[in-house]
Amino acid sequence: MSLTNEEFRPKIVAFCCNWCSYAGADLAGSSRLSYPADVKIIRVPCSCRVNPMFILRAFEKGADGVIICGCHPGDCHYSTGNYYARRRMTLLFSMLDYVGIERGRTRVEWVSAAEGVKFSQTMNEFVETVRSLGKNVRLGDLRCKN
Amino acid sequence: MKKIKRENLKQLFDLISSGQRLYIPIKKAGQTNYGIYAADSRVDLDTLKTVKSSKEAFFPQSETLYTVTKENRKIKITQQELEGEDFVLFGVRGCDIKGAQVLDRVFLSSPVDSFYEARRNHGIIVALACSEPEESCFCTTFGVDPTEPEGDVTTWFKGEYLYWKANTEKGERLTALCSELLTDADEAAVEEEKESIKAILSRLPYADLSLESWHGDATNEKFGSELWKELYKPCLACGTCTFVCPTCQCYDLKDYDTGSGVQRYRCWDSCMYSDFTMMAHGNNRTSQMQRFRQRFMHKLVYFPANNDGMYSCVGCGRCVDKCPASTNIVKVIKAFSKEVNSK
Amino acid sequence: MQELISRLKELLESGSVQRVLGWKKGDFTFNPEPAYFNSAEELSEFVYDGFCGANLSKYMIKASNLEGVTAVLLKPCDTYSFNQLIKEHRVIREKAYIIGIGCKGKLSLDAIKAQGVKGITDIKGAEIDGDCNELKVETLYGEKTVSYKDSMLERCHVCKGKEHMIYDELMLESADTLDADRFTDVEIIENLTSEDKFTYFQRELSKCIRCNACRNVCPACSCRKCVFDSTKFDSEQKANVDPFHESMFHIIRAFHVAGRCTDCGECSRVCPQGIPLHLFNRKFIKDINEYYGVFQAGEDIGQTSPLTDYTLDDMEAEERR
Repeated sequence: MSLTNEEFRPKIVAFCCNWCSYAGADLAGSSRLSYPADVKIIRVPCSCRVNPMFILRAFEKGADGVIICGCHPGDCHYSTGNYYARRRMTLLFSMLDYVGIERGRTRVEWVSAAEGVKFSQTMNEFVETVRSLGKNVRLGDLRCKN
Repeated sequence: MKKIKRENLKQLFDLISSGQRLYIPIKKAGQTNYGIYAADSRVDLDTLKTVKSSKEAFFPQSETLYTVTKENRKIKITQQELEGEDFVLFGVRGCDIKGAQVLDRVFLSSPVDSFYEARRNHGIIVALACSEPEESCFCTTFGVDPTEPEGDVTTWFKGEYLYWKANTEKGERLTALCSELLTDADEAAVEEEKESIKAILSRLPYADLSLESWHGDATNEKFGSELWKELYKPCLACGTCTFVCPTCQCYDLKDYDTGSGVQRYRCWDSCMYSDFTMMAHGNNRTSQMQRFRQRFMHKLVYFPANNDGMYSCVGCGRCVDKCPASTNIVKVIKAFSKEVNSK
Repeated sequence: MQELISRLKELLESGSVQRVLGWKKGDFTFNPEPAYFNSAEELSEFVYDGFCGANLSKYMIKASNLEGVTAVLLKPCDTYSFNQLIKEHRVIREKAYIIGIGCKGKLSLDAIKAQGVKGITDIKGAEIDGDCNELKVETLYGEKTVSYKDSMLERCHVCKGKEHMIYDELMLESADTLDADRFTDVEIIENLTSEDKFTYFQRELSKCIRCNACRNVCPACSCRKCVFDSTKFDSEQKANVDPFHESMFHIIRAFHVAGRCTDCGECSRVCPQGIPLHLFNRKFIKDINEYYGVFQAGEDIGQTSPLTDYTLDDMEAEERR
């Protein structure tokens, strides 16, 4: 199947924590559940390892949407990491809303190692949202766009 | 000598910008800076000093030099094209024009900076006399004549007219282009305006600022002065003074990874920054006192020593207006004069 | 004022402090600069009036490395910053003798000029002993009178109050200057459409010249090495090669000081391009207040900052407004 030019395929960066969400993605794969190939997973030791700069960097280099996945609150491998991540991401994403980056381009989702289905569903939904928003033109370095 | 009614200026700008880029002070979000004119731009020629000086038209804050891309197993280098089209820089004050002359010394002496040279050759400067000099102005100290700034065209506001005088061949060409809007005028009004500016100049608070203590070769004496140890103290090590200055010329070269290649660009640098002239062994100026001293020694001692006595300050007073800690070149000049006088 | 100078003299002469950190007269009546005074004689240059807006807490980071005690003059809002710096171990409490001084609102030369005043040579009426109602401005083009209130810095209109959070002694009277709500502007922006928000911020941020004055003046930005100064890190430190980097710098800077920013307003005061930088910091403050309970950085040293804290039932990012 060849892609026509009109069909927009967003670039999605997903930061997944090593212990839950990455394993969730693995499970989605081994269970033959599909999710769009537009999602590029970056494995991080814990969702709280995600520095706000990582997210802006992803947008800079051409991402159209960024999603952070971690263990469910209370299940963090390091006990409390995702609690801190939750506060940070809430504030950062709220700031991105505030400077005019469409809300649908950022998301936080908790996915456990057993939730392959949830992982695939979340990614399908997120890609669809970002696809409907179109190309990210507001937050990115133009030099990376050629 | 020609003239044009103030209310017809928009027509003039539209006419000039129809065939070439027109850089002009534009008010945007409360501040006036040079920008490219468009029909809906808010031109602001009343603000005496734009925040950033007009040097940006010749020496932009950042510019790409070349791009490297990978094609299969080969590396392709694409050089950035030089400025190839004429552009008009409108409403430049005497200090900024002198600033360009200082930059010429740096960029047009061998080895010539081709990017700067191309822009300089293609730029047509329309100078504007300063009808209302401000408290922070001290350009006369550095030999600038704000009553008749040297440009390709010199203009004056007087009453409801803008008076227009072409000085060079480039200026004549621009005058010819605008001839349908310009009408003939006599010099009397301009002479009157020049006298009135002169009268204000003599009343400026910095009118008697003297550079006497900076004349001659005093490099070592100034460098070793104890005064620096006090003068630098309020300095926050930001780059405001450098970036608003019409003569600061230092730049940094950097590479940017675009994902598909590398873009090499240069951008203004500030000697106030801790990574200025950083080398493999580290930094040769390690304290803020040294960095602060460097800025003023360069402007008032090193530069004139290498450029037939031409100071690399033009007295525009932007640093006086903008320094967050209210320290500036005037305070430095005065401190040294005071020291000399007390000896 | 005389009383303050005598007290400073006394402190210096008795040897209980080695230097005073205050303001020195500038070459105009409206551009005093932060300065150290090492002896009673040097105090002849001392000044404290409506133009002494600088937050001297930032200078105390360096002064904490000097020999002996520094007497520092802090206005009520500056004491929040000082407290915050103590909490972060960036200043040494014992090395400072804090004189909490009164404040009747600090002036902005830009605000005065915005009222159509050009060529200012002298301004009277900013003296701390005066009633601070009116400013007599002498200009090259005649005399003008402007109201003190209209000439104040933005931060003074949303003043945090007359109370000093930390001090060794108090001097001079303060005045009430509060006449606006500090979150009004943030709310206005919040209610815009995504596109309008973006247009607004791009317009403001496109003026940024990356001079780093906002960072360098900020008492919360006290890292020994700023991430934006790193040579090993692909970040634009001094050039806006692309509009992205303006947003990047200001968002990250605001994020780094979130939960630590006392809203002292220095960033907006020093910006040469008049960018309302406080709008970034206040957005974080407002969100923190709404989501995690009202918090004022620098009020109480013992309190944990909202970003180094959590509760089990914090709201999810998707539930944000």
